[in-house]
Amino acid sequence: MNPRIVVTGLLLALFAILPLLTQAVGQPYLLSVGTRVVIWTIAAVSLNMILGYGGLVSFGHAAFFGIGGYAVGILAAEGVQSGWLQWPVALLASAAWAAAVGALSLRTRGVYFLMITLAFAQLVYYLSSGLEAYGGDDGLNISRSRFTGLIDLRDKAAFYWLCFAALAATLWFCSRLANSRFGLVLRGARSNELRMTALGFPVFRYRLAAFTMSGALGGLSGILLANEGAYVSPAMMSWMKSGDLIVIVVLGGIGALFGPLYGAIVFFAVEEFLKPLLDLLHKGWGEYWQIVFGPLLVVIALYARGGIDSLLGRRHG
Amino acid sequence: MAEVLLSTDRLVKRFGGLLATDTVSIEVRAGEIHALIGPNGAGKTTLLGQLTGHLTPDSGHIHFAGRDVSRLPAHARVRLGLGRSFQITSVLREFTALDNVALAVQAHAGHSFRFLGDARRDPALRDPARRGLEAVGLGPRADLPASALSHGEQRQLEIAMALAGVPRVLLLDEPMAGMGAEESQLLVGFLRGLKQRCGMLLIEHDMDAVFALADRITVLVYGRVLATGTPEDIRGNPEVRQAYLGEAA
Repeated sequence: MNPRIVVTGLLLALFAILPLLTQAVGQPYLLSVGTRVVIWTIAAVSLNMILGYGGLVSFGHAAFFGIGGYAVGILAAEGVQSGWLQWPVALLASAAWAAAVGALSLRTRGVYFLMITLAFAQLVYYLSSGLEAYGGDDGLNISRSRFTGLIDLRDKAAFYWLCFAALAATLWFCSRLANSRFGLVLRGARSNELRMTALGFPVFRYRLAAFTMSGALGGLSGILLANEGAYVSPAMMSWMKSGDLIVIVVLGGIGALFGPLYGAIVFFAVEEFLKPLLDLLHKGWGEYWQIVFGPLLVVIALYARGGIDSLLGRRHG
Repeated sequence: MAEVLLSTDRLVKRFGGLLATDTVSIEVRAGEIHALIGPNGAGKTTLLGQLTGHLTPDSGHIHFAGRDVSRLPAHARVRLGLGRSFQITSVLREFTALDNVALAVQAHAGHSFRFLGDARRDPALRDPARRGLEAVGLGPRADLPASALSHGEQRQLEIAMALAGVPRVLLLDEPMAGMGAEESQLLVGFLRGLKQRCGMLLIEHDMDAVFALADRITVLVYGRVLATGTPEDIRGNPEVRQAYLGEAA
């Protein structure tokens, strides 16, 4: 049997019952790590949509964490508690921002595209720092979105399952998208833009649509992240978070459907467990976990171009 | 006389001090192959770039299918039926040959804002694509990645892609480049058979192929049209012989 199917199936099964497992072993803390892995995977999947399928390295994806999160946070601070209102507004705001940024940045390529997306993300970052009414640099404590009678987001297991359902839906959508007419245009343009234009495809429009969808999906992860910690702050969208998202996508395998999941698991596992492990070896070494993580990335970049996904055998389609 | 499909009207393009296209007026009619020849640096590629929409002329107009397309973006001209093949082979290398042609069919089949259906299992795209591959003799190679095809096969693939867009005029940029004698001969036969379906503007250095195929020939020298006429006219034109054929013949 294909090792990819086995590994992915096991991982998904494990994640599907994670709240039961963490309860069984008496480690509720692990559930919150698992929740963050799931939310970050959604964000990484959304980045993979433009980076993997589109070949466009956006260095400002954490902005969508912030826009989704702040939309929820600001509405909550203004007394709008209903998730039915908060979430659509947050998704629309993320999509609108993505459309505006995409309309400008997609006229450039390569490093210029990267710099422009970074610049726009920094713009949002500093804007949020300046929002004194909503906590400024310190961020904003919020109460979680209310879906009265349906689900209580304060219940950690219920919230986890909501995130997992969102991830499952996201992965399903992306698996369809990859081989849809739209997906093939996007991937064709990554392969050879000039050729796609010569076939009669208005490449820019398709990329803009992909960028906008990706932004909305990134916004969803921001909504979830805000509800996970009941807190939003400018730190959610620092450029380092954008970098972490790229690292997760590259680590998992650029353009691989489940790559972001593998990448996020390894990224968080390293962050959570390498620190204590190094501290165990020698007190204080935990601070420097990235000294181990960095070379690991270099090895992946050098020897496993397709990331973790490529270790699971050849990919089809 | 057959209908004029594509024409330029006193087209001018400068690059700094260099006049790359100097008041060029040419036309391509339905059912004809119009060859564009000229020494290196004569401005053939620049002219082609303006026809495809990748370069904007400084002055003059381009008419295609009864309308002024001078300012239309490249993809929109293709949609109107102005197909092209590239001088340097340009295919989607990691896609299969069939995928390549299916995408060309897809480009012609309306918008592609469809997000859920599996395009690789869509008979409306795959069946015409398979027929297109068979027409250029690539049927048995359909499921290979384009990168695994030989150079000659990739050129055939390009033509299958261009034809899938049902072009009314096909711009062929040195289709014989890098081909062996036998492959060239096959292509000459194929292009001749294609004349019923679309007019062609052929840029080619292989003079045997040009004189075998062209109904009319335009000679470009230093961005200017030196002469336009039948192959016999061109062969007999002393100016052309001196400026261009002299060195080759």
